[in-house]
Amino acid sequence: MQRHGKEKILEVKGVRTYYGKAQILFDMTFSIRRGEAAVLLGRNGAGKSTTLKSVMGLVSPKQGEILFKGRSIAGLPTYKICSLGMGYVPEDRRIFAGLTVAENLEVGRRPPRAGFEPWTPERLYDLFPNLQVHKDRLGGRISGGEQQMLTIARTLMGNPELMILDEPSEGLAPVIVDQLAATLENLKQDRVTVLLAEQNLGFAGRICDRAFIVDHGAVCHDSPMHELSAGVCERFLAV
Amino acid sequence: MGPFIVQFLTGLSNASALFLVAAGLSLIFGVSRVVNMAHGSFYMVGAYVAYFAISWLPKGGFWFWGGILIAAVVVGLLGTVVEVLLLRRIYRAPELFMLMATFAVLLVIQDLALWVFGAEDLLGPRAPGLDGSIQILGALMPEYDIALILIAPLVLVGLWFLLNRTRWGVLVRAATEDREMLAALGVNQKRLFTGVFFLGSFLAGLGGAVQLPKGGADLLMDLNVIAAAFVVVVVGGMGSIPGAFLAALILGELTSFGVLFIPQSTLVMMFFVMAVVLVIRPYGLLGKPEGVEHTVSELAQWPLRKASRKLRVTGAVLAAVLLAFPLFAGSFQLILIGEIAMFALACMSLFFITGPGGMVSFGHAAFFGGGAYAAALFVHHVNTPMELALLLAPTCMALLALVIGWFCVRLSGVYLAMLTLAFAQICWAVVCQWGRFTGGDDGVLGIWPSPWAGNEVIFYYLAIIISGGGILALRYLLFTPFGYAMRACRDSRLRAAAIGIHVRRRQWYSFAVAGMFAGLAGGIYVFSKGSVFPYEMSIPRSFDILLSVLLGGIHSLSGPVVGSAAFIGLEDLISRVHFWRLILGSIFILLVVCFPQGIAGYFSARFAKEPGDQEAGSERSG
Repeated sequence: MQRHGKEKILEVKGVRTYYGKAQILFDMTFSIRRGEAAVLLGRNGAGKSTTLKSVMGLVSPKQGEILFKGRSIAGLPTYKICSLGMGYVPEDRRIFAGLTVAENLEVGRRPPRAGFEPWTPERLYDLFPNLQVHKDRLGGRISGGEQQMLTIARTLMGNPELMILDEPSEGLAPVIVDQLAATLENLKQDRVTVLLAEQNLGFAGRICDRAFIVDHGAVCHDSPMHELSAGVCERFLAV
Repeated sequence: MGPFIVQFLTGLSNASALFLVAAGLSLIFGVSRVVNMAHGSFYMVGAYVAYFAISWLPKGGFWFWGGILIAAVVVGLLGTVVEVLLLRRIYRAPELFMLMATFAVLLVIQDLALWVFGAEDLLGPRAPGLDGSIQILGALMPEYDIALILIAPLVLVGLWFLLNRTRWGVLVRAATEDREMLAALGVNQKRLFTGVFFLGSFLAGLGGAVQLPKGGADLLMDLNVIAAAFVVVVVGGMGSIPGAFLAALILGELTSFGVLFIPQSTLVMMFFVMAVVLVIRPYGLLGKPEGVEHTVSELAQWPLRKASRKLRVTGAVLAAVLLAFPLFAGSFQLILIGEIAMFALACMSLFFITGPGGMVSFGHAAFFGGGAYAAALFVHHVNTPMELALLLAPTCMALLALVIGWFCVRLSGVYLAMLTLAFAQICWAVVCQWGRFTGGDDGVLGIWPSPWAGNEVIFYYLAIIISGGGILALRYLLFTPFGYAMRACRDSRLRAAAIGIHVRRRQWYSFAVAGMFAGLAGGIYVFSKGSVFPYEMSIPRSFDILLSVLLGGIHSLSGPVVGSAAFIGLEDLISRVHFWRLILGSIFILLVVCFPQGIAGYFSARFAKEPGDQEAGSERSG
C-alpha cells in the first residue's frame, strides 16, 4: 500500500453551516492526511456538498474550525483558500461556456508549487486527449464527459495540493467513469491529496483509502475504505 | 450627393463618442452586473477635465491629445475611487440596489460639477491641425469629425485584443459568466472589478473628452448621454463590445438622418428602435441569451410570510394614526400624507412585479402618469364625474399594461427593464406631441374632485382609503394561488413550467395587475393635484418610483410604504435647498451603505429572532 505522511493536511472540527436559518451541518468533524484519498459518502441531502463548500469558503460556517496545513481558513475568501493550495471541482462542472477549452485552462492557471512539476496545458492534453482535439472549441460546445475532464483539468492548472471533487462521476457514461478513476489514481501517484463527495460506492472504492459516512450533516462512521462493512453501507447508503 | 455623404459621415462621428461610452458601460455591466447610472456623469467629467487640461497645457497637437488622455485617466481614477469606496461595500446587496448607489453618485456629481466647473456652458477648443474642413462633392465636412470616425474602430480593435489575447481579458470574460467559480479557481475578483471599473470609466472619460471640440461641455451632458448609451448597449446586446459598436453605428446614423426629417424626435426614435430590436431579438443584436444562472451559494432568501402579530399591530396603529390625523394636522400635512399614500400605492404596484414577480420595470411612470392622464382626459373632454374617472383610469392602464406587457414578458432581466423604459418613453412622447388632445407640455388643468369630496379632510380620507385599500389588495394577492404561482415563476421558470404553470401568461397578468393599481394611484393623484403634466410619465418619474421601492427594500413587503414615505419626505425637506442633489445623493449613499437590505429590510432583519423560532423571519417579509 501507499505510504502516507503523518501530517494532517485538512482538519474539519465541529463545523456548523446554515443556509439562512436552515442548519445543514451539525458538528461536521473529520481529517485527512497528506497523500490520502478520502471520500464523503452519503445520501442526497446528507450535507456532503455543503461540507465541501464550507471547506472552500463558498459558504461560511457559523461555528467550528477548518485547518488547512495547520492554518485556520474558516472565514477566508474563496480565492485565498484556493491560493493556499486547494483545488475545487464543482458538482455541476461550471465550465465557462463562452470561453474556449484552452481559455478555460488559462483561467485556472496558478504559479507552480515548489518541488512539483507544474501542470501545463500540454501535460493535461496528454492526460485528456479529447481536450486537445477541442482546444479551440467553446467550453459550452463539448460533450458532458469532456466538460467533466475540462473542469478537472482546469482545477489541476492551479497545481493544488488538495483536490476536492464534488460527485465527479455523476451523470457520466461507465466508460468515462473508468477513465476518470484512472486519472484520479494517477493524481495520487503525484502525491496530490484527494477529497471526494460521492454516492457511487464502486467508483469511490477504486480511488479512496478512507471513507467518511455522512448522515444528517455529521460524520457518523469513519473507516478505511476496505473495512467498510456491508451493514454500514446498507444502513447509510442504500436508498 | 455631397450633403448626403456628409450627413452619413457626421452620423459615423456621432457614433464614435457614443460607442466609447457604451463600451465602458457594457464592460462594467458584464462583469460586475452594476447598472451604472453614473456612467454619463463620468463622460461629462471627462469633457470638463479635458477642457481645463487642454487650456492649461501648452498649445500644439501633441499636448492637445495629451490633454484628452489625461482627462480619460483622471476619469478612470474617479471611477476606481467610486468602486473602491462605495460599490465594493455593497456587491452582496441585491443588484438593483447598486443601481440606486450609482444613481446617488450621479446626483452628487451633478452638484459637484456645478460647484467645481461652474454653470456656464464651455465651448470646446479646436484640435490643432484638424480645425479646418474638407470638401466632399461640394459639401463641407469638419476635419475633426473625420478624426473622430477613426477613433471608434481603433478602440474596438484595442478592446478586442485586450479581452481575447491577454490573461486579464480572459479572466474578465470568465467573470461575466460565473464569478463564484472564478473565485474558486483562485482569482481575486475585487482587483479584477476595480480594473474593469477603471477601464470602463476611462472609456467614458475618453468619450467625453474626444467630443469636446465638437460639442463642448455642459452640465446636462450626463443625462443626455446616459439614456443614449443604455439604448446602444441594450440594442447591441449587454456585454457585447462588437454589438455596442454596431448599435452605435446604427443609432448614430439614425439620429444624424432623423434630425433632417423629424427634428424633435431623436431620443424617442432611439427608444423606438430599441423596442423594435428587443421585440425581434430579445437579447439585442449580438447579445447571447443568459446561460443557466448558477445560484450564488450563500444567497438563500426567505420566502415572504404573512404579517406577524407584531406587524399587524403596527399596521393597525398606523391606520389609527392616519385616521385621526386630520384632528391635529394642518392642511399642508394632510396633502403631504395623502400624496405619500398615493405614491406608496404606485410603489407597491411596482414592487409587486419587481420583488415577488422578478420583473424590473424602468418605466412604471407610464402607468402612474398614464392613469393620471386617463382620468384627467376623461374629465376634460367628456366631463366624466370623478367616481367614474377613478374606475376608468385603472381600467385603461390595465389595458395598456396588457399591451406593453405582452411584449415585455418575452424578455427578462435588464432587457425587460429597458423595454418597459422604451414603451414608457414612447407613451411620454405621444403625450408631449399630441398637444391638441393632451395639452402637450401645458398639461391638463382644472381637474378637481366631485363636490362631496372637495373638502380637504374628506379628500384625505378618500386618498387614504383608496391607496391603503389598493396596497392591502396587492399584498393579499401575493398570498393567493395567483401570487404563489407568480413567485414560483420568478424563482425558477423551468420548474414552474414543469408543474403546469404557464409562466409567460402568469407574468403577463401580474404585469397588468401592477399597471392597473399604478393607474389607480395616478387617477386619485390627479384629483389631488388638480392638474397633470407630461413629467408624470417621464423617465425621472419612473426612477422616483423605482428608487422609493429600493429605498424601502426589495425583499420586504412593507418596503414600498416605508420607501415612499422616506422619499417624499426627503424630497419635501431638501428640494428647496441649494445643492439639494448633493445632499440627497449623499443621503442615498449613506442609506445604501448602512442599509444594504433597504430600510424596512434592515429593520426586519435586525429585529428578527434567532434561528429555530417560528416567528423569526416573518418580520422580514412584513
